[in-house]
Amino acid sequence: MKRSNLTLWLAASLVYIFLYIPLIIVVVYSFNDSRLNAEWVGFTLDWYYKLFQNEEMLLAARNSLIIAVSASLLATTLGTMAGLAIHRFRLKFLPVLAFTPVAMPEILLGVSLLLFFLQVLNLTLGMFSIIIAHATFCIGFVAIIVRARLQGMDESIFEAARDLGATPWQTFRLITLPLILPAVVAGALMSFTLSIDDFVITFFTKGVGEPILPIQIYTMIKIAVTPEVNAISTLLMLLTLVLIILANRLDAGMLQGDKKS
Amino acid sequence: MALLELRNVTRRFGDFTAVDCVNLSIEAGELFTLLGPSGCGKTTLLRMIAGFDVPDSGQILLDGKDIANTPPEKRPIHTVFQSYALFPHMTVADNVAFPLKMSGKAPDEIKKRVEQALAEVQLSRFAHRFPHELSGGQKQRVAFARGLINRPRLLLMDEPLGALDAKLREDMQRELINLQKEVGITFVFVTHSQDEALALSQRIAVMNQGRVEQIGEPSVIYGQPANRFIADFIGKINLMEAQVTQVSGQDMTLEADKLGTTTLPLKQGVNVGDKGVIAIRPEQISVHAPDKQAELPHAHSGKVLDFLYVGDVTTYIVELDCGIHMEALLANSAPGRARFFEVGDPVIVSWTREAAQFLLN
Amino acid sequence: MNKLRLTRWLVSLPPTLFLLLFFAAPSLLMIVTSFRYPGEFGGLAPLSALETMTGEGDSGLYGLTLETYHFFFSDILYAEIFLKSFAVATLTTLICLIMAYPVAMLIAKSEKKYRNLMILLVVLPFASNFLIRIYAWMIILGPESAFSHFVNNILQMLGFEPVMLLFSPFAVIVGMVYVHLPFMILPLYTNLEKHDPVLLDAAQDLGANRWQRFWLITWPQSLPGVFSGAALVFIPVLGMFAVPDILGGTGDILIGNLIKDQFLGTRDWPFGSTLSIMLMLTVLCVAGLSMLLARPRTSR
Repeated sequence: MKRSNLTLWLAASLVYIFLYIPLIIVVVYSFNDSRLNAEWVGFTLDWYYKLFQNEEMLLAARNSLIIAVSASLLATTLGTMAGLAIHRFRLKFLPVLAFTPVAMPEILLGVSLLLFFLQVLNLTLGMFSIIIAHATFCIGFVAIIVRARLQGMDESIFEAARDLGATPWQTFRLITLPLILPAVVAGALMSFTLSIDDFVITFFTKGVGEPILPIQIYTMIKIAVTPEVNAISTLLMLLTLVLIILANRLDAGMLQGDKKS
Repeated sequence: MALLELRNVTRRFGDFTAVDCVNLSIEAGELFTLLGPSGCGKTTLLRMIAGFDVPDSGQILLDGKDIANTPPEKRPIHTVFQSYALFPHMTVADNVAFPLKMSGKAPDEIKKRVEQALAEVQLSRFAHRFPHELSGGQKQRVAFARGLINRPRLLLMDEPLGALDAKLREDMQRELINLQKEVGITFVFVTHSQDEALALSQRIAVMNQGRVEQIGEPSVIYGQPANRFIADFIGKINLMEAQVTQVSGQDMTLEADKLGTTTLPLKQGVNVGDKGVIAIRPEQISVHAPDKQAELPHAHSGKVLDFLYVGDVTTYIVELDCGIHMEALLANSAPGRARFFEVGDPVIVSWTREAAQFLLN
Repeated sequence: MNKLRLTRWLVSLPPTLFLLLFFAAPSLLMIVTSFRYPGEFGGLAPLSALETMTGEGDSGLYGLTLETYHFFFSDILYAEIFLKSFAVATLTTLICLIMAYPVAMLIAKSEKKYRNLMILLVVLPFASNFLIRIYAWMIILGPESAFSHFVNNILQMLGFEPVMLLFSPFAVIVGMVYVHLPFMILPLYTNLEKHDPVLLDAAQDLGANRWQRFWLITWPQSLPGVFSGAALVFIPVLGMFAVPDILGGTGDILIGNLIKDQFLGTRDWPFGSTLSIMLMLTVLCVAGLSMLLARPRTSR
């Protein structure tokens, strides 16, 4: 028993190290006073300084934020509706529509949307097409989270509310909404991270106009690797970390009645 | 006029008839129980009374007005759900206040009445707890307080004691009966547990396959079951297949398999040739040592096949000489109880003329 | 009842319409596009150019053709790339499984209060930017990195030529595994966590040693988790173009890169659509197979 646990611990620790080493290296090198990502020379904040001087990068960051906020708002609204509808009305068609984009390789959604925007809508690709594209695959994620929350709940509490005199709308406002709120918030945060993180779909629906963060990073990696990439990577990691901690806090605060009892 | 009256209420789900032409009337102030095995339609019936389901045909009259199509929130009928259905994101006080808020009562009044209601169920200390911080019995009391606070005409309860352990259940049964006496609101229970039904109700409707088989006081349902299903479903009973061979004056003569010819008091509506069962409750059967061969009525000799001692009573399985197995229940109360019977002991079993009943199939 | 129907429409219609317009319609359009002719300067030839097409003696009906499919099946190169992608996906899935199993098992065996933290530690790197996670390996596998020097020193000691780790199939596999590992750990953990530990005690009591306990009790019970995790890794790897694009060399092209080139390089939309549809069909087969395998066992 003891020995097997030790082997397990050892193997699992190696995997955890495998997961974290690359990220730690990126963070460390973002403070390295050398143009090469090869050896430690000395501490500097130069790369961060350069980053904040890089106007195109700042513009890209701003654009990506706008896209992520809009796409997650859109996806959260539609995804919550979809999650409610799928759970409540036992629909057959909507789950297929909502969950397939989540399950299939991203490149397929990116390519088909590229064709659709250019061919049918005659749209110039840009921020708008990216927002739509991101929302399309985020809806499924939100719907899954909201539905999972609804599935974990005792159905009879909604009937109890009606029974005790609440109209359907009051039942939704006073019982359903507060109870699914943690799932809705979690879905929104997830959509936000998915959107700001997304490279593949953005790559196909971006057009040539505005700079977008993942595309900027891609270009930097492909063309000229400078430690500036390390700096922006570190900042992005920090952002995700904050979002995750926020999501966890919200969860703990709002899940007063989480246990199904 | 009855408080609640169901007239020819029928509900089908596809080919399956869940509730089949049910007629019932429940008087104000009653403790009424719908009893039946699972799948008998009692829960569907309850849901139609509460308003969560609509009958395909028939009427549901409350104070003489048909409410079959009224949505649940507009009915002065509240439900205590099997799972209690307490709102997990609201405190105990907010849960209890919910119906008052929905009916638009003033905040001052709500506060006063909630305090009073919680005091009545001894939960004042728990007003600011959340449901998941309560024990099963406490949750149940919150559910009662919430269901009763807005003075419904009728309180429906779906397996109200099902989730509690045996000891707590007995306490809650007594508490419920007292509560009903205090508030004077009509209670309708739904349960599959015959013990619960017999202990709680003033009247019981026994349901089977969507139909009401018998309505009556608990003692009537137990003592004079209307048919074989009810006899078998409620309590333990010995059943022997029999056929009526002769009807004369006050008596009828039955020919039972193996047991032979028996005479029982005539039952109304029974004709020669009818098939059914002779039914005798185990506690109505006495077991004697064979030396007491006296003139016992309906006496049969046999031997003890098995017995189960459970403290207060002992159940004997006796194999009669004719091959029939009978169950007899003997209380272990008599101070001078001569002896136990052991497996293999020869015994005489007997019952009085009134103990045996003939039930049509 | 009518009110219920109204709410039903109000709630389900907006997401349904949105997804019909931006998911279903584009997918159908892609299918149609795969049957069209490429335009002279990229994109598509107009459908009305039917006359000129038929003039060339082509059997095209209303400007539609099976040419791209014919092209796809006639050149062995595409079959090779599909096979290579399949091989990469299989290898990635296997490595992910081997790495994920001890982690999932350790988390499932740990005390409840530590489990959430251990899961969070698995998900955390996965939540950081996708490109950054790939880029990190550019640093580690780069020719000047400590790791590269270390590997090449060993190779030299053993008398081999030094190798370039970056821009190689090795780098592609490492990147693929790194990006997809959590997809394997999470379903495996969800499955292992449900196992009843008493079964292992029972097996031990009946004389099974550690290996027998694992292969006869834990492993068969975990198969549904293994299959759903495998699908979650295999499917995205099959369509992935960013990892080979960044970490791979010129020869490490997979289906994803091929599709990308058709749309953003040579601009041959019909052929790109054909490749996408072939990818979709492959994915559907894999997903169907995994669902079939992950299904709870019933006696026949």
